[in-house]
Amino acid sequence: MTEIPERADVVVIGAGIVGNSVCHHLAELGWRDIVLVEKGPLPDPGGSTGHASNFIFPVDHSREITALTTDSMRQYEKLGTLVTSGGVEVAREPQRVEELKRRMASARAWGVEAELIAPRRVAELVPFVDPDILLAGFWTPSVAVVDPLRAGALMREQAIADGALTVSANTEVTGIRTDRGRVRAVCTDAGDVETPVVVVACGVWSPRIASLAGAEIPLTPAVHQMMDVGPIPEFEATGTAIAYPIVRDMDALMYERQSGADLEIGSYAHRPILHEPDDIPSLESAALSPTQLPFTSDDFDPQLEQALELFGSILDRPDAGVRHAINGLLSFTPDGAPVLGPCPDVDGLWSAAAVWIKEGPGVGRMLAEWLTHGDCEYDMHGADIARFYPHQRTREHVRARANEGFNKTYGIVHPREQWESSRGRKLSPFHTREREAEAVFFEVGGWERPHWYASNRGLLDEFGDRVTHRPHEWDARWWSPIVEAEHLALRSRAAMIDLTAFAQFDVRGPGALDYLQRMTVAQLDRPVGRLCYTPVLTPGGGFRSDLTVVRLAEDHFRVITGGADGARDRFWFESHLPADGSASLVDVTSAVCTLGLWGPRARDVLAATTEDDVSGDALPFGTARWIDVDGIPVLALRVSYVGDLGWELHAPFEHGQALWDAIAGAGEPHGIVPAGIGVYGTTGRLEKGYRLMGAELDGEYDPVEAGLALPKVKAADFIGKDAYLAAREGTPAATLCTLTVDDHIGADGIARYPQSGEPIVTTAGERIVDREGRGSVVTSAGPAPSLGDYLLMAYLPPEFAVEGTSLQVEYMAERYPVTVARAGRTPLFDPEDTRMKA
Amino acid sequence: MDIVVCIKRVPAFGAQVPLTDDGSAVDTRHLGFTIGPHEECAVEEAVRLASAHGGRVTVLSVGPEEAGEQLRYALAMGAHQGVLVDTGTTDLDPEATATAVLAGLADEPEPDLVLFGDASADAGHGQVGIRVALARDLPVVGGITGLEIDTGGSLRATRESPSGTELFRVPMPAAVAVKEGLNLPRYPTLPGRLKAKKAELRTVTCDPEPGGLHTVGLRRPADDRAGAVPLGRGAGAAPAVVDVLAELGKV
Repeated sequence: MTEIPERADVVVIGAGIVGNSVCHHLAELGWRDIVLVEKGPLPDPGGSTGHASNFIFPVDHSREITALTTDSMRQYEKLGTLVTSGGVEVAREPQRVEELKRRMASARAWGVEAELIAPRRVAELVPFVDPDILLAGFWTPSVAVVDPLRAGALMREQAIADGALTVSANTEVTGIRTDRGRVRAVCTDAGDVETPVVVVACGVWSPRIASLAGAEIPLTPAVHQMMDVGPIPEFEATGTAIAYPIVRDMDALMYERQSGADLEIGSYAHRPILHEPDDIPSLESAALSPTQLPFTSDDFDPQLEQALELFGSILDRPDAGVRHAINGLLSFTPDGAPVLGPCPDVDGLWSAAAVWIKEGPGVGRMLAEWLTHGDCEYDMHGADIARFYPHQRTREHVRARANEGFNKTYGIVHPREQWESSRGRKLSPFHTREREAEAVFFEVGGWERPHWYASNRGLLDEFGDRVTHRPHEWDARWWSPIVEAEHLALRSRAAMIDLTAFAQFDVRGPGALDYLQRMTVAQLDRPVGRLCYTPVLTPGGGFRSDLTVVRLAEDHFRVITGGADGARDRFWFESHLPADGSASLVDVTSAVCTLGLWGPRARDVLAATTEDDVSGDALPFGTARWIDVDGIPVLALRVSYVGDLGWELHAPFEHGQALWDAIAGAGEPHGIVPAGIGVYGTTGRLEKGYRLMGAELDGEYDPVEAGLALPKVKAADFIGKDAYLAAREGTPAATLCTLTVDDHIGADGIARYPQSGEPIVTTAGERIVDREGRGSVVTSAGPAPSLGDYLLMAYLPPEFAVEGTSLQVEYMAERYPVTVARAGRTPLFDPEDTRMKA
Repeated sequence: MDIVVCIKRVPAFGAQVPLTDDGSAVDTRHLGFTIGPHEECAVEEAVRLASAHGGRVTVLSVGPEEAGEQLRYALAMGAHQGVLVDTGTTDLDPEATATAVLAGLADEPEPDLVLFGDASADAGHGQVGIRVALARDLPVVGGITGLEIDTGGSLRATRESPSGTELFRVPMPAAVAVKEGLNLPRYPTLPGRLKAKKAELRTVTCDPEPGGLHTVGLRRPADDRAGAVPLGRGAGAAPAVVDVLAELGKV
């Protein structure tokens, strides 16, 4: 047996597919002195990798997940551990047929070959299926079965052959030593290993191992039931593990696949069965393996009937018995996405958890790049462990959301769908008033934000034909025509918008300016009172964030960023604070409430509440000043994300309701309305061509492509500067464009409205791909009520990024004509910004 | 030919039996439950005999309500009906268990054959079949690995022993305790499971007097698991393998 080394550059804990892959890719990137510690035996240590069903359907609605999956498939194939079987997702219900059409759009968007097929064709591909109960199928020829244990073993062997890796199996981690918030050593029953970096790739045990270092990895072990029924002579005759395409019976939330002589049936339909990492049985006491728990047959019984319906021809036989059945454990997170990257709680501790077999090798590659370069090829913001706010890492929240999310695994999830559990966690001080105004709340980062106000229904009459009513239920779901009416009220009078969900950080100290200059693209060395909108870049020059920085004093800045990304931004800024203590960062999110006030009457409204001069001369666009609003100290920021005259009014949290009442009262004679985030984040923003982090902006696009490069480059160095300069020198591979939908009427005569995520194709129906291999996809979609248009944003390669170019958008398996209305950032509405700068 | 098969709900564990902190019982919090391999063979044999000779198979279990899960498993294998003698626990001594089995049998028509596993998979006392047979005045034979009905209507039972095969002819009605190896039990089919799920179990409640055998405590044997030791890889491992074989006296 190999002795465990006393020192390592990195210790990876867990030899499942993820840990093995991380080791392999670190070795490829030149790391040496890698130690892999595994408590179980090799090659199957008893984690989820050992019992997973191992099939891969590449298409997901998420670009990030699809990229990880297709990258993983390439790696499995290269290792000779992939067998292509093809796979078909079948629909029993009409709404699932619609969902399969939506999957077609995602397949096209990400460049995966797929086809919608009729039930008869399904039965040709999988002869044992009863086509009479089916309505359609979504056929993906590249669906494959992989061998993650073998792939992992090969990855280890390569790293060992490179002289980069020492593997210590049957070795239990007993502690992770930290010192002043930094990882120092991994303690095991075979000895201690000093190391500056620890990667937790422990699957369902990850929370327990991370807690040894005082860190949290928010996931919960959950049961996925599966059984093998056989022998099936037709399968036996094939002499292989998989000769027929895999079937996902989507409406039954189940899958069926050949597994040698058996049909394997897996289910995501049963009640959520959550476990605790500490309660997973030990290797010794588990009958099968620690993650293969005893099958609870009552939970599976309803699925038996559905399996018999679809596969009766081979299951309803006296010789076909249930030969193996388990409650397999896998990891569920609050939002269903993996948990990757540096843990915010402890320096040097990295999470590589909540990863499916289909993503394992890709995650290993991304994590190795991230560890080596500080960022990676694919944008990982949806999987970043830093995305969770503290309350989202609690056991209660994790379990509540995992409980709710489990049955969404094969569910039809609307892109705007809201969670029902663990709500009401963060309430702005305006909440009481918002409830009185019948707000419909959406959640961001735990905050309850009004998306629109039902009490504004009267505006629908006022604005009549200018408001679009979406006739199709799917398009109208989680949306209201009231949003458009609120928008028009803002544009014609004034509206107040709750923006308390903003994350806000106060940065102070003699080194504050230098520090922030290093973090951002824009020149922040401006007079006190100026505010700057600036990109924040990754080392590779992609978007890490975009935010506003206000200079409140020579050595005092406030950073204001979106609620969705506040936790990630805070971690990014905190982890780059100067080591000499010359700048400090305090998160003041909980101390500040923010009320947006915009519209042509905004100045009249604000002036009625304050004796301070709020004229354009005293408080011009792009400036900030403390004013008194009805006796409340308010930091007024002359800025707008909706492109109209007005302010963000920042006040001490406890004054919030009084501020609301003051503005509402002063606004009443002017016809002010409360407006929701539907206006702020969609309609107002899109008309003005403003970009949204996580939609248009992410690590895979740079400021030149996004149209957000600044006229001048500041002298100060900043993260991503080299790449930024290079991007400015070259021609962009794609340019962010705004498109109008020319005709909404589909084949059945009903007007349809794309929701984002759809591919943009040529008039001939060809997929559009830029020279970097990135497909053109709708990043945001929504109405522009002031223009009377419906807008889409998408990155287009130079040959298509020409205003007036005719293209098509593919939505629900139909194509709709669109026109490039704007290439670049100039807004379609009020292009000179005269309203905003009034 | 009507057959009753007695089955017990027992915990399913791996190499190591987890015990409660006070050592009074097996820690079943994270364990599943099953029926022992002897009893699985008994159910299989009963289903085969009934299908060859006609008649019904009744499975009977003494235990808590949850033992219904094991009865349904046997029903899914092909048994016809189930009787649950609800004693609230499976941790009864053999006398009390036999009393409970008799209570369950009381309202059943006289069976031609009562099958037991040779010993339960957890306690392993091997007494219940004999006690029930004595109380019902039935001939009883144990350790059986072969069973058939001969032309005269009596049972031919075989038992393997180190010195050879013992052959018994047993008049019916009779009690027989069988061992694993008697047959290869089938896996329940999907339709079988669905039928079993809907089946009504007859429940008899019973609170038997404890017998004379008391469990003092449970102790885990000293940990002598050496664990797997890799001897090397490929051809390089050959000498080490030879050494081990020599040590075992095989070469």
